[in-house]
Amino acid sequence: MIAIALTVNGDRHDIEVEPRRLLSDVLRHDLGLTGTHVGCEHGVCGCCTVLLDDEPVRACLVFAVQADGRAVKTIEGLANADGTLHPLQEAFHRHHGLQCGFCTPGFLMLASTVYKQAASMSDEEIRVALGGQLCRCTGYVGIVRAVRAAAEEA
Amino acid sequence: MTFGERVERREDRRLLTGDGRYTDDFAPHSAHAAFLRSEYAHARIVDVDVSGALDIDGVHAVYTYEDLEGRFADPLPLIIPHEAIVAPRTQYALAREEVRYVGETIAMVVARDRYVAEDAAEAIRVEYEPLPVAADLEGAAEPDAPRVHGDRPDNVIGAVSQEHGDVDAALAGADHVFDWRFVIERSASMPLEGRAIVARFDEEGGLLVYDSTQAPTGVRAGLSLLFGLSLEQVQVVAPDVGGGFGVKVIQFYPEEVLVPLAAHRLAMPVKWTEDRREHFIGSTHERRQIHDVTVGLDEDGRIVALETSFLHDGGAYCPYGLIIPVITAAQLPGPYKLENYRFDFRAIFTNTVPTSPYRGAGRPHAAFVMERVMDRAAAELGLDRAEIRRRNLIQPDEFPYDVGVSFQDGGPTVYDSGDYPGGLELLMREVGYDGFAAQKEAARAEGRTLGLGIACYVEGTGIGPYEGAAVDVLVDGSVTVASGMSSQGQGHETIFAQIAADDLGVPLERIRVTTGDTRRLGWGVGTFASRTAVVAGNAVKKATREVRRQAAELAARMLEADPEDLEFAEGTVRVKGSPASGIPLGQLAAMANPLRYAFGEESAVAALLTRKAYASQDVPLPDGTTPGLNAVEYYSPKSGVFGYGMHAAVVEVDRDRCDVRILRYVVVHDCGTIINPTIVDGQVYGGVAQGIGGALYERIAYDEDGQLLNASFMDFLMPYATEVPEPELHHTETPSPNNELGVKGVGEAGTIPVAAAIANAISDALGTPIDRMPISPSQLHELMHS
Repeated sequence: MIAIALTVNGDRHDIEVEPRRLLSDVLRHDLGLTGTHVGCEHGVCGCCTVLLDDEPVRACLVFAVQADGRAVKTIEGLANADGTLHPLQEAFHRHHGLQCGFCTPGFLMLASTVYKQAASMSDEEIRVALGGQLCRCTGYVGIVRAVRAAAEEA
Repeated sequence: MTFGERVERREDRRLLTGDGRYTDDFAPHSAHAAFLRSEYAHARIVDVDVSGALDIDGVHAVYTYEDLEGRFADPLPLIIPHEAIVAPRTQYALAREEVRYVGETIAMVVARDRYVAEDAAEAIRVEYEPLPVAADLEGAAEPDAPRVHGDRPDNVIGAVSQEHGDVDAALAGADHVFDWRFVIERSASMPLEGRAIVARFDEEGGLLVYDSTQAPTGVRAGLSLLFGLSLEQVQVVAPDVGGGFGVKVIQFYPEEVLVPLAAHRLAMPVKWTEDRREHFIGSTHERRQIHDVTVGLDEDGRIVALETSFLHDGGAYCPYGLIIPVITAAQLPGPYKLENYRFDFRAIFTNTVPTSPYRGAGRPHAAFVMERVMDRAAAELGLDRAEIRRRNLIQPDEFPYDVGVSFQDGGPTVYDSGDYPGGLELLMREVGYDGFAAQKEAARAEGRTLGLGIACYVEGTGIGPYEGAAVDVLVDGSVTVASGMSSQGQGHETIFAQIAADDLGVPLERIRVTTGDTRRLGWGVGTFASRTAVVAGNAVKKATREVRRQAAELAARMLEADPEDLEFAEGTVRVKGSPASGIPLGQLAAMANPLRYAFGEESAVAALLTRKAYASQDVPLPDGTTPGLNAVEYYSPKSGVFGYGMHAAVVEVDRDRCDVRILRYVVVHDCGTIINPTIVDGQVYGGVAQGIGGALYERIAYDEDGQLLNASFMDFLMPYATEVPEPELHHTETPSPNNELGVKGVGEAGTIPVAAAIANAISDALGTPIDRMPISPSQLHELMHS
């Protein structure tokens, strides 16, 4: 077991983990942050996307020990401290950007890093920017609209 | 009014903030199961040595078939029997002596956590004696093929044929007769959440299961039988479910039996969460069929007879019986008048993962065949592709229209309503059909290759047997609505609230909807076959209506008014035109449950009012009334209701890269009365995207040894945002006369004609028939250069 310190959504956690334990499992099962979802466990679907030092990563492809001493942001940390929704969360709601909701946290975390530039992007460029995330429900229509809407309001 | 409006979804907030609760989110520290699955497509199991697994620290137990007893040792159920099934073979929860597909469960490990459980599963040693493999559908259908089930004379699951009219006579008299073959490849639902199960027994011996299933009521009924528990002692909850599309409705998968069994044996909560590779080899597939078609037409392009003989790939077992090819057969005529139609199919065992319905359920196959026939016939006869369809469409004055063959529920296939010619004209107009030839020519001059394809379909939706709804008014004036069927993203919490809100005069925010929780409503069937809005929706309507009747009757007594003179508005029941007379609905709920001693001033007022009312009555609860304001009602439809649509795809084919780009995708769609246009749009958008996957990308590939070659998201390609366009939607609304809401199902509609429309568009672009789906760049290259 290896002792590590993770700062998740601003809170520091000192924990011991096996070297092989995935960041996704630590977040979900050790820290109880079940909003990060696991869709494929081989880094393709993007459901488990979180921010590691502000950069999007697949939490299923990161060992928890690799995140030692670093800052992780998950979907639970996206809304504002007063409980009001992040503009992307609002926009996903208004534009029907989610159905089953399983891919949604990953989309939101990835989009949170790019949406401010999206106002000047074409729809095709927005789609490329989101092109690493799979959604099986929406056909991406509501997602693209939501990202554009959030960008235009930002 | 909220019914019919674009109201925003009620379920979104928790899903947007990470507060959704999917099955794997429960019981975080419970023991975890892992499965050892067959590496061979067909083999005799000589020996299973579990000692290595038992030696690993943290392993609680390892089970093989030898450990199963009683009903647990029986084969799993055959969900949809059919009189034509000759080999009703289902698998054992853990393989007994023989395995018949790669992925079949052989042993289950339960350990401290998932890591240890998977280590232990790897430490189990199995000695196999490989047997001959029948992996490919066509080969497996040959008389001398290796047999999937050695005691059978062949690999036939069942064969069905039916004829409407006189096909042979009509073909003999036809001006043109053609024979064509169409192939639809194997694919799969692939929800982003795999399957998952959590089971725990309480101190009283009761069993609670969380299951990412589309049919919790059936799982509950089955588990109660297996464990010898009463229904009340078994509760099954499908919490938030991360997509289904068919694959999560198979009651029972082996794991759904084994995880509760382990929880019972070990007296501890046990969880199993499927990984993606397991999902590819352990959860059902669909789609593969090979159709031979003979079609006869008259000089004007009217189809005088059509016959299809086809093979369906059932995989190694047939838990779903013959339902997929039965649906294909019934729905193949689509919106066209086929006065002489005959089908015969054989469903065939292969040494592959078993099949069960995947979004569309046999209909994408049907539409592919019928719509390719239309285009090929038009080309042969020199007719316009829209015109040949016009000449064959069922007309609006011909409803109800009997197709003449059996529907999936065994009854006749009778279309209830529609305007197919109107839909086709709308599509032609919106896609700019008349101007396309010039556009195509202009593109050609620039060296670009464009094509336009159209495809129509009719979808039978809303089948029985029944669904129910429980509606309760609470003393705080809020309303709860519960249905037995579960949700996988379709927005049921929103549409059920919309159905209930108007009759009760309650704002949506005051209605809480629960789905898929047998603790709230234990009776129901499940979410599949585009049936929820129709069957459960009308049940919600009935239950709401009954609660309204109860409330009106009580309010009429209190207000000394005629119930007919009352209206439900702003959370009150009041005399029409007299807002001041209103009694809050919650107060009525308190009055309807005498001496309920609820908190709050309103309840105290209600109690006093009730005392007054007693003075004029014999008893607090008069005969014919029940305590509270609540009702459970069931809706059972006589037959299905038939949605329909027409799609057009405009594609550009890059002749060098053999790449297909969809430039426009236009949808005309009719699912009867629309409850919430936003949700209907979303269902169609998502369906079209899945259809595009089925047209161009998604193909489950087996080799001749029955090994699945692309069991990962890196190799089985689903569309990202970069692969699908934004479809242009045009809804029409032809209400169904068969149910009070006038609704028809929509869940699967978007997917059904997409492969056909795109194949027709590519064929148009290249002038080469595309008769196989999905079509990859390499296949396209081969076709273009053959």
